[in-house]
Amino acid sequence: MPDIAINAEHIAKEYRLGTISHRRISKDLQSWWARFRGRDDPNSPLDSPLQRFNGSTESDRFWALQDVSFQAREGEVMGIIGRNGAGKSTLLKILSRVTSPTRGEITVTGRIASLLEVGTGFHPELTGRENVFLNGAILGMSKEEVRRKFDEIVAFAEVEKFIDTPVKRYSSGMYVRLAFGVAAHLEPEILIVDEVLAVGDAQFQKKCIGKMEDVGREGRTVLFVSHNMPAIQKMCSRALLLEGGRISLDGEVQGVVNAYLATGEGDSLSWERSESPGGEAFLQRIFVAAPDGSPRNIVETGGTLRLSVTFVIVAPSPNLQLNVELLDETGNKIFCSAPQDAGVGLPQRPGSYCAVITLPAELLMPISYCIRTVIWKRFVGILDKSEAIRFLPHETESLANNTPGGRTGLIALSCHWQIESLS
Amino acid sequence: MKQSYTIRPATGWFDLHLADLWRYRDLILLFVRRDFVALYKQTVLGPLWYVIQPLLTTLVFTIIFGRVARIPTDGLPPTLFYLAGLTPWNYFAGCLTKTSGTFISNANIFGKVYFPRLAVPLSVVISGLIGFAIQLALFLCFMAFYALKGTVISVSPLLILFLPLLVLQTAALGLGFGIIVSSLTTRYRDLAFLVSFGVQLWMYATPIVYPASRIPPAWLWLSYLNPMTPVVELFRYAFLGSGTVNPWQVAFSLAMTLLILFSGIVLFSRVEKSFMDTV
Repeated sequence: MPDIAINAEHIAKEYRLGTISHRRISKDLQSWWARFRGRDDPNSPLDSPLQRFNGSTESDRFWALQDVSFQAREGEVMGIIGRNGAGKSTLLKILSRVTSPTRGEITVTGRIASLLEVGTGFHPELTGRENVFLNGAILGMSKEEVRRKFDEIVAFAEVEKFIDTPVKRYSSGMYVRLAFGVAAHLEPEILIVDEVLAVGDAQFQKKCIGKMEDVGREGRTVLFVSHNMPAIQKMCSRALLLEGGRISLDGEVQGVVNAYLATGEGDSLSWERSESPGGEAFLQRIFVAAPDGSPRNIVETGGTLRLSVTFVIVAPSPNLQLNVELLDETGNKIFCSAPQDAGVGLPQRPGSYCAVITLPAELLMPISYCIRTVIWKRFVGILDKSEAIRFLPHETESLANNTPGGRTGLIALSCHWQIESLS
Repeated sequence: MKQSYTIRPATGWFDLHLADLWRYRDLILLFVRRDFVALYKQTVLGPLWYVIQPLLTTLVFTIIFGRVARIPTDGLPPTLFYLAGLTPWNYFAGCLTKTSGTFISNANIFGKVYFPRLAVPLSVVISGLIGFAIQLALFLCFMAFYALKGTVISVSPLLILFLPLLVLQTAALGLGFGIIVSSLTTRYRDLAFLVSFGVQLWMYATPIVYPASRIPPAWLWLSYLNPMTPVVELFRYAFLGSGTVNPWQVAFSLAMTLLILFSGIVLFSRVEKSFMDTV
């Protein structure tokens, strides 16, 4: 029986909502001075008398993870699935030691490497070669290890000719390939993968999946977080389903995936962030819009689907990108759209903006869809993403049912047809 | 042999992971290399900036404090006197200001992957040595120039042997203060603005534009509290043969350096465990 690689016991992670501190010395001094004189703190929230009475209220605390226990055996490829906000990212952050748990303990045997975001620490001025060494060291490899793997990494990334060129001159494809190449050749005992497959072209994604399967076959442990159910089913033998910070199901992959898909039935046509996450740019609100711009609570197969995306740019950059992706219910990407398609660029000034995206008319079939919006930055990776727009379009007059017997497929497209008589 | 470790809640003040730092020594050197290459490639002036900055400062000091205010310089040529003060001071100020932004400016990378966070400020202090070496060379050029012109400069070769120790203390002080500030800036953002201003003021509290021998006795206790005072005076004494230090002051400043460095490391290690939740 193989050894246990990860043993997590009763992991809990608490975040405090709202202001943790005033973040300004002047304000803290002001509060302190007020308390010193026995006055009310001018900076405390309005409900403070109650709060002082109860001690700390429950509402300003938020448990991102609660009582999460699991074991991963050596060599096991385990999927972690769940809706956004279910605690997947928090769990991975704790495992990769970016943040520490509030309670509980995890014993890890072997070196963990995470592919939370590839290309961490790449410096645009450095050459490909220098970046491989730097990135390798950040991920925990010694210089000797990188040297041994160097040729393999370069060959994997297919950048042999440009290895001594600064990476700022790389295409984004080359950049991602090189970054993934370093991470994939780490040879850790435990590999954590999160959503990396969202980047790169299809061929490269195939290569990455292949590489991860190799890692699994070599007897190393892989934790794979994705919304891509086919990929999870293909690669993993076991899966965890997280719901509201707890493990709601732990078992054989097919059963867990089915349970997850079953929970995803309800439509949710809008998504809004209560608190700004900060960062260079982030998404604020997304909803399905009526022609007058107000939120709609129904999507039809006929008509057009209009999407309103409110986003905030804090640090403008020509490298910022905004994408809207249409996915099927299992997480397969059907297509991805960017403002550049319509000749529109992202604004180059800080501020909040609203983008309205109109999908072609009569595109949708009467099947479940999911729309995801992503803000990412070239050379950096994903800055923010949403995953809450899910719907099953109501069947109305559309291409899908204007032929006897209906249509099959993921989307309906109106193509040009011409039929001529040959006789 | 597989390493095994336990991830626990962030409690305890003395959980320092200093052994981890040694395992990541390659990373520290690569950070140093990155800083150097980035500096060299990005700006037109690049390393030349290290020469221009002290030259201009010395020029301004010579005019304002030498010619206008006529503050004595222990009988040394003012240019040499100011350069001898600025060389160690610039290294110290550079270490302090650059390490004081560690958490905020590296939030992006710290949020994605684990490595001992101390590797970043340590590498900053080491790459600062490049600038220090350039400025030291500039200072030595001026010394040679004045010696050729006939100025009598009494170098103390024995004390110059202690130069590495002096540099080490400067680095430790800059690092210690810098990581204390960087730990506090995760909570108090406005501290970052205070740093560059504070360092400026601190320079005037250190005998850079005036000799320690001219500090009025009533104010001497204040100069004892400034751990940079004996460093600057010793540096000047070693190269130019003039400076006022007593062994007690040196011992006190060394003890303070160790205390600041140690509390800096403890505070830094404490903050690094939880800072991703608050940033």
